[in-house]
Amino acid sequence: MGKNQAVEDPNAPLVYDPQYILMVKNLKKHFPIKGGMLARTVGQVRAVDGVTFNLKRGTTMGLVGESGCGKTTTGRVILRLSGEKTDGQVLFNGQEVYDLSPKEMRALRPKMQIIFQDPFSSLSPRLPVGEIIGEAVREHNLVPKAEFNDYIDKVMDNCGLQPFHKDRYPHEFSGGQRQRICIARALALNPEFVVCDEPVSALDVSIQAQIINLLKELQEKYKLTYLFISHDLSVVEHISDTVGVMYLGNLVEYGSTEDIFRNPLHPYTKALFSAIPIPDPKAKMSRIVLEGSIPSPANPPSGCKFHTRCQYCTEKCKKEAPVQREIEPGHYVVCHQYDK
Amino acid sequence: MAKNKPEGYLSGRESRRISKENRKITSELEKKRKRKNVPESEYLTKMHDPNNAVEFDNLHTYFFTDAGTVKSVDGVTFDVPIGKTVGVVGESGCGKSVTSLSLMQLLQRPQGQVVEGEIRLNLGDKAVNVAKMPDKELQHLRGNFMSMIFQEPMTSLNPVFRIGDQVDEVISLHDGEGKSEAEVKARTIEMLELVGIANSEGVYKMYPHELSGGMRQRVMIAMALACNPRIIIADEPTTALDVTIQAQVLDLLRGLKDKINSSIMFITHDLGVIAEMADYVVVMYAGRIVEKGTAEDIFYHPAHPYTIGLMASKPVVGKQVDKLYSIPGKVPNPINMPNYCYFKDRCEMCVKQCNGVYPCEISLSKTHKVSCYRYADEAGRREWEKSTEFIPDSEKGKGGNA
Repeated sequence: MGKNQAVEDPNAPLVYDPQYILMVKNLKKHFPIKGGMLARTVGQVRAVDGVTFNLKRGTTMGLVGESGCGKTTTGRVILRLSGEKTDGQVLFNGQEVYDLSPKEMRALRPKMQIIFQDPFSSLSPRLPVGEIIGEAVREHNLVPKAEFNDYIDKVMDNCGLQPFHKDRYPHEFSGGQRQRICIARALALNPEFVVCDEPVSALDVSIQAQIINLLKELQEKYKLTYLFISHDLSVVEHISDTVGVMYLGNLVEYGSTEDIFRNPLHPYTKALFSAIPIPDPKAKMSRIVLEGSIPSPANPPSGCKFHTRCQYCTEKCKKEAPVQREIEPGHYVVCHQYDK
Repeated sequence: MAKNKPEGYLSGRESRRISKENRKITSELEKKRKRKNVPESEYLTKMHDPNNAVEFDNLHTYFFTDAGTVKSVDGVTFDVPIGKTVGVVGESGCGKSVTSLSLMQLLQRPQGQVVEGEIRLNLGDKAVNVAKMPDKELQHLRGNFMSMIFQEPMTSLNPVFRIGDQVDEVISLHDGEGKSEAEVKARTIEMLELVGIANSEGVYKMYPHELSGGMRQRVMIAMALACNPRIIIADEPTTALDVTIQAQVLDLLRGLKDKINSSIMFITHDLGVIAEMADYVVVMYAGRIVEKGTAEDIFYHPAHPYTIGLMASKPVVGKQVDKLYSIPGKVPNPINMPNYCYFKDRCEMCVKQCNGVYPCEISLSKTHKVSCYRYADEAGRREWEKSTEFIPDSEKGKGGNA
C-alpha cells in the first residue's frame, strides 16, 4: 500500500517543479456574508475550500462539477481576479502570484488570460471589435505603434475572424463569432496560460465544434496551457489531458482523463458520469441518481462534504474529513470509501 | 455611404414601406381573429389519424418585421401520437420554439402570425384547428389540455410573487371551478411534492430567488402539469441545468408521462437527451423539417447531411476523435432565404439536382422521411443503405462500454 499514502502536510510550502506551469496547493477563497445593522461578517461562503493540483506546460486540465461548486471562482482566484485569497499557494512559473506588487502583477497579466463564460455579456457594446482585441495590446506596449494594425489583423485571422470586421460592433456578430472575439482578445497578449470559463456552454452544437477545434488548433500552434472549466462532460473529455472534479469547493478527484472517465473512484464522480445522456436510443443506463441538491457552501456538512448524498456513507464519513490520496500514479481522490 | 452598403442594409424609405405593408397584412389577420361569436364550424376539423394527439399540417408561421418577413416556420408537417414523445432538434433560430408557440398560440402578435396551414388538436370527441380558434375558446385549452414548460426557469417565474401564489393561480384559473382556496393550496402542495420538492410547505411560501435553478425548473414543471395536461410541450427544459439535475428532471418527466398518459413534444438541441426521451425525432433546419423518423431511424440511419453533421459535431463520452467535425458556413439569412435547398451552401455531399428548387419529402421507409436530393433516385438510396448498415453495430459496441 505504498502508493496509497496521504499527500503530505497541506501547509508545507510548495517546491517549484519546472515541468508545471501552474502549481496550486490547498487554495481557499471564502466570501464574507455581511449582516445585521453594522454590516458585520456573520458567516462565510466557502466558495473554494482547499484545491490542490499541478498543471503541466502545454496541456489542458478540465474542471467539472455542478453549478455553484466553485469552478469559476477557482479559475478567477488563480488569476488573482477576485481580491485576496483566503489561504493556500498559487505558483505560476514558480512565482507566488499573490506575493507580487501591483506593478509586477501588471507585468504578469499578459501571460495569464481568461475567456469568459458568456460571449453575449463579456464584450463591451460600445467598442468596435478591433479596439476590444487591441486595447490591452496597446496598454501593455506589446507591439510597436507602426505594426499595431497588422498585428491585430493577424490575431483576428488566426481566430477565424475577417480583419475587415475590425470596425464593427459586437452586436453585429453571432454567438460563435463573439466567442471568437473573446478568444482573440485573450490571445492577442501572447499568453502562456488561459483559463477558459465555459467557453462553449452558450453556443449551439455545430458552433461548439468550431470553437473547440479552434481552441485545440491554437494550443498546438502557440503551446498554450488551458484550464478548461465546463459542466459539459463530453466536451471536457474531448479536450482535456487531465480532469479535476469539484464538489462544494473541494477537488474530490483529480487525474488523467483516461483514469477519470474509465475508472472513476469517487462516488460523486461515478454519479456525475452516469448522468451523462448518451446519443443512442438503445443504450441501457444504470443511473446513480443523487438525492437532494448540493448543500449550501455557507454551511457545508461536517466531515466529508459529500456524505449527505453519498450511498456509501459511513459514520467515519460524517465525522472525519478525508484527505487527498494518490491511488494510482497521478490519480488523486478525496474519499474514505474510494475502493467500494 | 451608398457605395459600400453592408449586407442587409435598408434605407429609411424602404423600411417604412415594409412596415406599412406589414401593418396592412397583420391588421387584416388580427381583425379576423378578433371577431366576436365565431361559429364553431369554422375551426372544427377532423384528425387524419385518431391516434394522434396533435397534427401539424403544412404550418407556416411568419414574423412581419420592419426589416422584412421572417419565415420562422415554413411548411412544417409532423404528428405527435398519443402517449408518445416527439423530440424536435435543431440549432437556435431554426423554428423549434416558434412551432411550439404556434401550437399554444402564444406568438408575439401582431407581428407573429400563422399565415397558412392547420394545427389539429385531438380533444377526444372532436378535433379543432388551433390556428383558427378564437382566443376565448383557446383559453379553456391552454393550461388544461395542453401546457408548456418554458425554456429558462430563471426568467419565466415572476420574481415578486411567492411560488405558491404562482402555482395556485394556474390551478384556480384553469381548473378551479368549485374549488375553495384550501383545496387549491392542497393541490399545489401535492404538485410540488410530485416533482420531488421535499420541503413543499416551505417552498410554497418562498420567492423564486430563494430557489436554485433545478428547483425553479421543478416549479415550472409543477405549474405546467398542475391541471393534468394531455399534451406537454417541453421547450429546452433541461438546458440550463447540471447533468445530475437534468437526469432527475428527465426521470421525473418520463414518470409523469406514464402516469397520466400524455404526449410530450420535447424541444432541445442536445442529441443525448433526445435519444433518451424521444420515440420520434424531427430535425429542423431554417424553418423546415429536413428529416423525421423514429429515434432509431435518426440515430442509427441518419440520412440528411445536416443530421449526419450534427451527430458528428457532438463529442461523445467514450468515443475518442482527434478533431470534431464542424458544419462549415452558417445558417442563411432568414429574411432572404435562397430558392434552392437551404442547406446546399453548407453541404459537402451535394449532387447535381441540388441546384433545383427546395427538395420535397422522400420516404426512405414507412416512418423515415427526408428532404434531400441524394435520395431522390434508387441509386442514391441503395448507396445510403449500404453505408449505414454498419452503424448499428458500432453504436451497440459503444453502448456496451458506457
